[in-house]
Amino acid sequence: MATEFVARGADLELKGIRKEFPGFTAIENLDLHIPAGEFFALLGPSGCGKTTTLRLVAGLEQPTQGKILIGGKDVTNTKAHERPVNTVFQSYALFPHMSVLENVAFGLKQRKVEDPMTKAQASLDLVELGHLALRRPAQLSGGQQQRVALARALVNRPSLLLLDEPLGALDLKLRRQMQIELKAIQMEVGLTFLHVTHDQEEAMDMADTVAVMNKGRIEQMGSPEKLYDRPKTVFVSKFLGQSNLFVGKVEEENASSISINVAGNKITVPKDRAEKHKGKIAVGVRPEKAFFHEEKPKLGAGHNLIGPGEIIDIRFTGVSNQYLIEIPNVGNVTVFAQNIGKSPVTELGAKVWVSWKVEHAFGLSDLPTNTGDETITQSITVQ
Amino acid sequence: MAFAAFSHGGGGKKSAAPVSKGNGKVALLLLLPGLLYLAVFFIAPLISLVATSLQTMDISSGFPVYSYGFQVSNYVDVVTQYGPQIFRSFFYALLATVAALIISYPLAYFIGVKARRWPLLQGLMLTLVIAPFFISFLLRTFAWKQIFSNESWIVGLLQQIGLLAPDQYLVGTPFMVIFGLTYNFIPFMTLPLYTTLERLDVRYLEAGADLYASPRKTFTKITLPLSMPGIVSGTLLTFIPIAGDYVNASGLFLGSTETSMLGNVVESKFLKSYEYPTASALSVILMGAILFLVTLYVRKSGTDDLL
Repeated sequence: MATEFVARGADLELKGIRKEFPGFTAIENLDLHIPAGEFFALLGPSGCGKTTTLRLVAGLEQPTQGKILIGGKDVTNTKAHERPVNTVFQSYALFPHMSVLENVAFGLKQRKVEDPMTKAQASLDLVELGHLALRRPAQLSGGQQQRVALARALVNRPSLLLLDEPLGALDLKLRRQMQIELKAIQMEVGLTFLHVTHDQEEAMDMADTVAVMNKGRIEQMGSPEKLYDRPKTVFVSKFLGQSNLFVGKVEEENASSISINVAGNKITVPKDRAEKHKGKIAVGVRPEKAFFHEEKPKLGAGHNLIGPGEIIDIRFTGVSNQYLIEIPNVGNVTVFAQNIGKSPVTELGAKVWVSWKVEHAFGLSDLPTNTGDETITQSITVQ
Repeated sequence: MAFAAFSHGGGGKKSAAPVSKGNGKVALLLLLPGLLYLAVFFIAPLISLVATSLQTMDISSGFPVYSYGFQVSNYVDVVTQYGPQIFRSFFYALLATVAALIISYPLAYFIGVKARRWPLLQGLMLTLVIAPFFISFLLRTFAWKQIFSNESWIVGLLQQIGLLAPDQYLVGTPFMVIFGLTYNFIPFMTLPLYTTLERLDVRYLEAGADLYASPRKTFTKITLPLSMPGIVSGTLLTFIPIAGDYVNASGLFLGSTETSMLGNVVESKFLKSYEYPTASALSVILMGAILFLVTLYVRKSGTDDLL
C-alpha cells in the first residue's frame, strides 16, 4: 500500500486542474499550493467548485486535466484508497452497521496497523467520546456524529485531512465550539487541513489561509485579515463581509492616490490599495469603517465625505446598529455604528453625511455587474 | 416485502410508547377481521392437517379406510421411506437459492446502484425482471423442457463437444431440475435485493475508499453487510417455496423419478394414491423443517445487527 503511517502533514499541490462534467465545467483552471501543516480554507458559494476540488484531492473524482501532488508525489492516477488522505464528509457517512469504535478503527484495520482498537479508543477519547465507543452512529446526536467522523479520519494520521463542510449541519453554538476544538486539534497534531466551507466566518475564524472560490476559479487567496482588509474583486468584497461600493471615473491622480468622481462626490483611494488606476473603477469601504454626521463636518484630505443623504432604515443587532442611508444620485450606503453608550442618531429620515478615512478605502479590479444606469453610480451592500 | 419483518428481528428492544389502556378494545376490534381470517383459513386447516397425519388405516374391508387416531408411527414410516426425497428437497432448494443469489446480486446491484443515473434503463430492467410473470410458470418451465429436449441442438452440441456423453441427456437430471428451480425463482430473489440496494447510500462506499479499503474490501465490509436485509428476505422468499416445489422436479416437466422432491411425493399421495395420512405427515415434516431452518438462519445471520 502506498500509504505509510505519517505523523506530520504533507503539502498539497494542484497544477492546472480542470474538471468537466457532462454539460458543465466545474473547475476551469486551478493552481493551488498548500504548505504542510497549514489550515487552509476553500471558501465559496455552493456550486463554485470547492467540493469538486476536495473530491479530486480525495481521489473520488478524476480531473479532466492537470496534476495533483501530495508531499511532492504525483497521485493523480492513484485510487482513493491508495492516497494518504482522509475526509470528514459533510454527511459524516458513518457506517451504520458498525459501532462507533469499529467505525474509527476501520481505516487502521484496512492498513493493518497494529492494535487498531486501542488507537481507535484513544482517538475517540481525544474528541471526548470514549464513553460512547460501543454505541451505533444512529444513537448519537449530530454533534457527536461529527466528532466521530473527525476521529475516524484523524486516527489514520493522514498527510492531508479534508473537511467537507463538516460543521454545516450543526447549530450555531455547537458549531462555534467545534470550530475551536478543530483548530486546537489541528495545532496539536500538526496535520495539513483543507477545509471547504461556504461560511465566511468559519473560514476566517479557523484558517491560516483562505482562498475565495467563484465559478470554478480562485478569485483571491491570502490570510483572513488581508482578504477582509483589501478585497480585490467585487465578488470577494461581497462574499467576505459586507461592502459599500462606488463606481466612477478616475479624475484626479497624484503620487500616492487616485480619486474618482461619483455624482459630484470625490472619493479617494490610496494607489497601493487600488487594483486599477485608470478609467472607470469601483471603490469600496466596509460599513464598520464608515461614520455618519448630522452636520457637514470639516475633515482633512485624509477623509472621504459624501452626502447629504437620508437614513431610510435602522436595524438593531445588539452589538451595533446598522443604518441604511440613501444618498441622492449615489445610492444606498450602509454604516455600522457600535452601541457604546451614546447612540449617534436613532430616528429615521435624519439628514446625514457619510465619511471614512481614505486609508480604509479599497479599489477593485472589476465592476459590479448590475450597474443599471451609466450616469448613476451605485453603492451595493450585500451580505 | 413479506419477510423483511424477519430481518429486523430483535429491533423491538425499544418499542414505541405503550398504548394507553383505553385503546385495547379498539385495537382488538380492528384486529378481529384478520384474526378471524387466520383462524378459518390457517389455524383450522393446520389442525385438520395434523389430525389427518395421525390417522390410522384399516384395510380389513379390502380397500384402505382411514379413521382418526394417534398413529405417530406414520411419521417414522414416511421418514424412513421418503428420506431421499426429503433430503433432495432441501439440497436442491439450497443449491437453487445459492445459484439465484449469485445471479441476482450483480443484476440487482446494477439496476439499483449503477443504473441510478439512467432512470429509464432502471425501469426497463425492472420490467424485464418482472416480465416473465406475465406468462404462466408452467408454460415457461415446459418451454425449457423443449429447449433442452433430447433432440435439441443444445444437447447435440454439448454431446459433440464432449460435455455430455453420446447417450446422456439433460431433461430428467438433477442439473435440469436445479436449473429450472433457479430460473423460476430468480425474480423473488432479485426484487428484495433491488429494494435494499436501491437505498444503498453510495457515500458509505466513498467513505470506505477514503479509509483505505480496496473496492473488494469495500464490498465485503460495507456493501454486503448493508444489503443483508435484502439477502435475508430474498433467500427466504426463494428457499421456502423451492423446498415445497413439485413442478420442476416432476417427470412431466424437467425431472424424473430420480429427482422427485417432497412436493412430488405429497402430490402423488394426495391426488393419485389417496394416502392422506402419508401426504399429511410429509407436509407437516416439510413445514416443520422449513420453520426450523428459517429460524436458525434468521438467528444466525444476526440481522438485528443491521440498522
